Amino acid sequence: MKVIVNVSLKEGVLDPEGQAIRSSLNNLGFEHCSDVKTGKQIILNFNQNSEAEVLTQAKRMCEELLVNTVIENYEISILKD
Amino acid sequence: MIVALKKITGKAPIKIWHKENDIPNLDLIVIPGGFSFGDYLRCGALAARSPVINVIKNHISRGGTVLGVCNGFQILIEAKILPGSLMRNKKLLFTCKETTLEVQSCIKNPFLSSFKIGECLKIPVAHNEGNYFAPNDLLKELKEEGRIALKYSKQKDNEKNYNPNGSTEDIAGILSNNGRVLGMMPHPERAINYLHGGTDGLKLIKNCVEQIIG
Repeated sequence: MKVIVNVSLKEGVLDPEGQAIRSSLNNLGFEHCSDVKTGKQIILNFNQNSEAEVLTQAKRMCEELLVNTVIENYEISILKD
Repeated sequence: MIVALKKITGKAPIKIWHKENDIPNLDLIVIPGGFSFGDYLRCGALAARSPVINVIKNHISRGGTVLGVCNGFQILIEAKILPGSLMRNKKLLFTCKETTLEVQSCIKNPFLSSFKIGECLKIPVAHNEGNYFAPNDLLKELKEEGRIALKYSKQKDNEKNYNPNGSTEDIAGILSNNGRVLGMMPHPERAINYLHGGTDGLKLIKNCVEQIIG
């Protein structure tokens, strides 16, 4: 079973990379792009079939390692084949 | 860092592998700079989950002293030994330059005890993720507890870019609540010889060693 974790910066945390991308997009003529936020995606493969168990484990992984909860939010979803 | 410690103590420090989970009682543990695990995931995140971190936490709970520099500071933050977060430099540039640090009024600690409040030290930084961020409630707590040890300081009123990374309130280094752990982005070990352009870093490390072992 595949699980996708999307990690993004919390609201109010400065995202200089997003700002640099927005500025470049504006320069390319996409002047209506008013904000860009960057993040990262982590794909986890589990050799287990219980969705509930997999989600519990993914959440623990996020809290213990994958996410810096001081500045980042995360969303976990199961990738259906 | 090893050169600096050897220069001060006359002895070579013990190097500890990150998988070590049993170490002798030590006077001082220094977590130096570098790019542990290639900075993968987040700077210091993977090193902060290495077995040796539990050993370091035990050393701290016994009242032991720890200095974390640059990636060492990032590791201390990721290990939740020090609070807050170190984010990408505001201007997205790796910054390698001399900075001026001002000693803050802070709790008793072995690192800065010989320095006067407001005294300035010239110590270089070299990092990409040194932008210290603390949410407002944490910032308030750090101030009230006197845990902000060092701030980047301007030398002239109109000086810009004196803060190399855009950190909250120009913070360069913070202390643990007992004052025995200091995390700082600037590299004191890169200011230990007049050929480096100054020896303020040597003063800081020397003070620390003298305070601990006399």
